[in-house]
Amino acid sequence: MGLPLRLRAALVSVLLLVVFLLAWQAGTAGFRGGGAGLPAGMDPEYAKLMGITASSSTSAMPSPGDVGKQLWALLSDPFYDKGPNDKGLGIQLAFSLGRVLLGYGGAVLVAIPLGFVIGMSPLMSRALDPFIQVLKPISPLAWMPLALYTIKDSAVSAVFVIFICSVWPMLLNTAFGVASVRREWLNVARTLEVGPLKRAFTIILPAAAPTILTGMRISIGIAWLVIVAAEMLVGGTGIGYFVWNEWNNLSITNVIIAILVIGVMGMILDQILAYVARLVTFPE
Amino acid sequence: MSAYLSIEGIARRFRTPKGTNTVFEDLWFAMDKGEFACVIGHSGCGKTTVLNILSGLEEPDGGVVIMDGQAIDGPSLDRAVIFQSHALLPWKSVLGNVAYAVASRHKDWSREKVRAHAERFIEVVGLKGAEHKRPAELSGGMKQRVGIARALSIEPKMLLMDEPFSALDALTRGTLQDEVRRICVETGQTVFMITHDVDEAIYLADRIVLMTNGPQASIAEIVENPLPRDRRRLDLHKQPDFYALRNHLIDFLVERSRVLRDSPPAGYDRRRPPVVRPTLATEPVGALSPRRTAGG
Ligand SMILES: Nc1ncnc2c1ncn2[C@@H]1O[C@H](COP(=O)(O)OP(=O)(O)O)[C@@H](O)[C@H]1O
Ligand SMILES: [Mg+2]
Repeated sequence: MGLPLRLRAALVSVLLLVVFLLAWQAGTAGFRGGGAGLPAGMDPEYAKLMGITASSSTSAMPSPGDVGKQLWALLSDPFYDKGPNDKGLGIQLAFSLGRVLLGYGGAVLVAIPLGFVIGMSPLMSRALDPFIQVLKPISPLAWMPLALYTIKDSAVSAVFVIFICSVWPMLLNTAFGVASVRREWLNVARTLEVGPLKRAFTIILPAAAPTILTGMRISIGIAWLVIVAAEMLVGGTGIGYFVWNEWNNLSITNVIIAILVIGVMGMILDQILAYVARLVTFPE
Repeated sequence: MSAYLSIEGIARRFRTPKGTNTVFEDLWFAMDKGEFACVIGHSGCGKTTVLNILSGLEEPDGGVVIMDGQAIDGPSLDRAVIFQSHALLPWKSVLGNVAYAVASRHKDWSREKVRAHAERFIEVVGLKGAEHKRPAELSGGMKQRVGIARALSIEPKMLLMDEPFSALDALTRGTLQDEVRRICVETGQTVFMITHDVDEAIYLADRIVLMTNGPQASIAEIVENPLPRDRRRLDLHKQPDFYALRNHLIDFLVERSRVLRDSPPAGYDRRRPPVVRPTLATEPVGALSPRRTAGG
């Protein structure tokens, strides 16, 4: 086996996927074996009256082929808009991404400067610690009623929930990264008479950047987890709402597709931050 | 006559759970411009603390240090530090590290001018061709060269070195000692250096400061180097006075650094510690015998 590890791993991945799809196919084939699913001796006409075939054809588990076909259909026209309950997958995804980026962006703007302050000042670190300890473990969705009540706008409330859940990992990582910048690097800046602002940007920021990026990566993962749940609650638009809506329509095919899309999008967001993290990481 | 650098009665104390730890107090020492001084003493006696006070990174709990007519109050570009751990910024290239120092010194310089200046000093320490490497790609000796280039590039009034070569292998240490000596002699650089390597002190220093053990360390003696100024590292041991000097230093580290703290000689004056100049004539070579110390 002279193949490089990466290639072998890829082969195994493909193999696992094929096995999974075959098992899925085999599992769903049973549901739709013509009249085989009907109770023995039942007249098909009678069965139709009873609604057995009618319901089984829509609520039964779709086969991989069905999902593939539907996926193709949805992806080939992702941006159509036929009213509030029928929008393209791309539009729904864009709504969700927009909310995540707004909430997450706001969290970056708050968490990184505040993390700097906490990391550089032992006083602020101790003073703010009790608040952070209490606020951090609160499930972001627990904020939802309060957000809806005070903000009154469901879309903004979802953004707020994203903000509140993304802020903690970034805040704590930034504070930790800033506080653990090596003393000798700070001493270099001091002996070169580098001013505080320049020191923050040329020494502390690059030194803490890998730790900050780790926090940002954790945060984007949490934000993407939370947006789906938040949109199920507030409704209206977004990929989370799409999942809920398709469940109400009993379209399991669309639910599966949405799950797939959520997973892929989450992976893309994570990989973007992993890439940025690689840019700012330095070997020692 | 006033000295270029004057340490005037400095003290440093740390508060510990077991009471106050006085590292040293009422410490006096003066240096002339262009002089190379080495400090020798056992680990923990307070050498780094003295150097940190000279650099301005630490404040003394008493006394002052005057440099070129001005009291030191905080770090300054006038005094460059070469750290034992080289302290390079790992996210910057060799050029980036040196240029950072140059740009801090000359805030009004253009990018090109900063770069040209930095490149000149990278060449001085023999790192031409490695400008774009990151510190992680360099050997220990090369990293320390960058540290030296960075310190020299700001053309400081004084160079402070804390055991700069102790982490290097003997061969690399030797070449770096040669280069530091060449550069310092050529440019008339004033240097204060800590070392625990007796041969390094003999090769580099004009005067060697002997510190007693801590706590409450003091300067036991100031040793003048009797070796000629044009000495070379590889035939140092052929100098007539070499062994007299070396034995004197080793004898101090082995025995007298402890004895002299506990029982200072009669008439010992902290402001003017005894100055000795061990030569073949004053020190009978071969034996670690009780010695006569010339008065200061
Ligand atoms: N930050 C500090 N807090 C408490 N004690 C310290 C601190 N820094 C140094 N010391 C004490 O000062 C003494 C001298 O330390 P140092 O100057 O590093 O010695 P040397 O460089 O000669 O080995 C040591 O005994 C050490 O315990
Ligand atoms: Mg030390």
